[in-house]
Amino acid sequence: MRVEGAIRFIILSEIVFPIVLLIFGIYHGVMQVLYRAGFIKAESFLGIDYYQGLTLHGVINVIVFTTIFIVGFSNALVMYALKKPLREKVQWIAWAMMIGGTLMAAWAMFTGRATVLYTFYPPLIAHWTFYLGAVLLVLGSLVPFFFDWIPNAIAWKRENPDQKIPLAVFGTFVNFILWTIMIVPVAVEILFQLLPLSLGLVDEINPLLARTLFWFFGHPVVYFWLLPAYVALYTILPKIVSEKGKLYSDPAARLAFVLFLIFSLPVGLHHQFTDPGITNTWKLIHALFTFGVALPSMITAFTVAASLEYSVKVEHPELKDSKFYWWAFLPYFKMEGLKWLFPFFFSGLILFFIGGITGIINASYNVNLVVHNTAYVPGHFHTTVGGLVLMVFFGMALYMIAKLKGTDVKFKGLAMISPYLWLAGQMIFSNAMMIGGLLEGWPRRTNSGLTYLNPDSPFYRPDWEGYALFSVIGGVIMGIAFLIYLVPFFATLLAPSTKESTIEFPFAEAYHDEPAPLLNNLRTWTVAAIVLAVLSYIPPLYDAAVRGVFFKSPAYIEKFPVPLKQLQQSKKEEPSGQEVVRR
Amino acid sequence: MDRAEKIGLTLALIMLLGFFVLVVYAAKGLKIDIPTCITDVEPFQQGKLIKHADKRYELHILAKMWLFDFNEGATQIKLPVGSVVDVYVTSKDVVHGVHINDTNFNVMAIPGTVGYLRVKFEKPGVYHVVCHEFCGVGHHAMEGKIVVE
Repeated sequence: MRVEGAIRFIILSEIVFPIVLLIFGIYHGVMQVLYRAGFIKAESFLGIDYYQGLTLHGVINVIVFTTIFIVGFSNALVMYALKKPLREKVQWIAWAMMIGGTLMAAWAMFTGRATVLYTFYPPLIAHWTFYLGAVLLVLGSLVPFFFDWIPNAIAWKRENPDQKIPLAVFGTFVNFILWTIMIVPVAVEILFQLLPLSLGLVDEINPLLARTLFWFFGHPVVYFWLLPAYVALYTILPKIVSEKGKLYSDPAARLAFVLFLIFSLPVGLHHQFTDPGITNTWKLIHALFTFGVALPSMITAFTVAASLEYSVKVEHPELKDSKFYWWAFLPYFKMEGLKWLFPFFFSGLILFFIGGITGIINASYNVNLVVHNTAYVPGHFHTTVGGLVLMVFFGMALYMIAKLKGTDVKFKGLAMISPYLWLAGQMIFSNAMMIGGLLEGWPRRTNSGLTYLNPDSPFYRPDWEGYALFSVIGGVIMGIAFLIYLVPFFATLLAPSTKESTIEFPFAEAYHDEPAPLLNNLRTWTVAAIVLAVLSYIPPLYDAAVRGVFFKSPAYIEKFPVPLKQLQQSKKEEPSGQEVVRR
Repeated sequence: MDRAEKIGLTLALIMLLGFFVLVVYAAKGLKIDIPTCITDVEPFQQGKLIKHADKRYELHILAKMWLFDFNEGATQIKLPVGSVVDVYVTSKDVVHGVHINDTNFNVMAIPGTVGYLRVKFEKPGVYHVVCHEFCGVGHHAMEGKIVVE
């Protein structure tokens, strides 16, 4: 399908802009491991403080990169699957909101006005531009869904009343329905709690309520990152393995998406198992639902493996009766056709296997006491969002810019090496983090090189040294893998066009397919998801708002152990004092 | 749905249910439970160690920028081996995390609230207490140590 003009520019920039931002995001990732291990023993490096860099790493990598890339990828998927053009005005509004919001938040973070990490827990408070930027980014990302894709899907349904909506669109819609619902609580937190506090309109905040609203958003958001990768696993991966490849089962894929819609929301309390002020019965119920949301991932693991098996065997009929030997015939390192994309998907799948299992440990209620906020947690989620999600996005980004630029992917060999190198680095890094956290209690989010891993400090913990060293090795390998990826990425982006600009995806047909009207009734499932989410959150929100919290807290900034208001007053009284503290 | 899919789905469900049953058994049967909503102890302004009986203590930990107050400003306390301690936690300012290494005590300190868990110190040694939630520029230097002898 041909694309040109504004739509081509918008989709292309929604891929290129987040990957360019990742240069900062991943740079700060590499810096983290060096600081944490004490290779850099300092508060800051090149003008950026450790915790400021950690904020940039988190916000860029999992809020900005993911959101903008997902909008671009989903724009392309929906456009191609429905064969309907996108609306320029709608797309420009979304683009301006997302880019504008990003620049606002980036200004606050780079100038040190928002060193609050990507979870921005109050009563630490950031400059208001950080919060407003975040709101603009997420609201902008909803605009294409409501004003472009839904009208197009309704028109498509009118023209094709007997067909079910294409699987890629179905998965994308489930994802954006979820995204819409989860944005409500975090928008309430930002607009009614954080923004007024940041602007000085109110003096106090309920930090537990803010945390609870944040995690109402903060866990489902990982499925917002994951589902586009799942869409690619279901609809595109079989065709990468073989031109004759097929998806094993279309209804199983739709069932997985519907289960995600229902179980993604009532699970946020598993991030707050160790929080005071919330009745633990509700934590246990959220743990049960978190186990429920593991189910669609297990269904996906089955369906993906079955699709790989079908797709290999259709190309190699002699393997018909093999149980395991066919695994040896996957296109691990082949350049022809689309097979060059396989290393991205395969590396991602291996990492996600680890991510899924370690996630069940996090979700296991009292087992969480051993791992909560230790290095185990980043070890876990670097194999999910820094594993399957990132690898599939990298692969699809390269594929899409080649199509949009009307050229072929350059340096395919390097492109195929980078995911394997990333896989190796991630395995070393996440292993070190997980074991160091699990067995030794090495904390996350801590500049441990200054104290815990500094032999001159009274806090010195020599038992953490080995894990820190391996996290550095893994982190540096990942940094190199990213640099290698950038070579084909920029070479393809800057190559001259030889063909027309297109958007097309190699969608696989289903091997098992049947009409499933119940599964396709997204309206009913959406209502069910909202009802379950609200019911599961009324009692904990009541605890957090009323029962468990004795009084509200004034705002603080990270540099001073006194409330911000007090700080500002004492500065006013002594105008000749040090720098005026403003937020 | 073919036979392989049915078997796969059933196995997945059995596995997840099995995990959940074990978790509930550990929580309610073995009493390894997690913090709940405390309404009868108000947030305190100072750390305090209270001895109720032989090897029975109550410890109020006040986390603040940037140290742990265990007992009227003390960042180190001593306890006899085998002590059973009811530990309450709150924060004076921002959110902190309180992890007594080598124990299951891992509770967030949130201002305005009280967290609670019981710990039994069965082995002698130094138990480091680490803050694991970002609480400002001194976060990596939050001092706290429990010596068990």
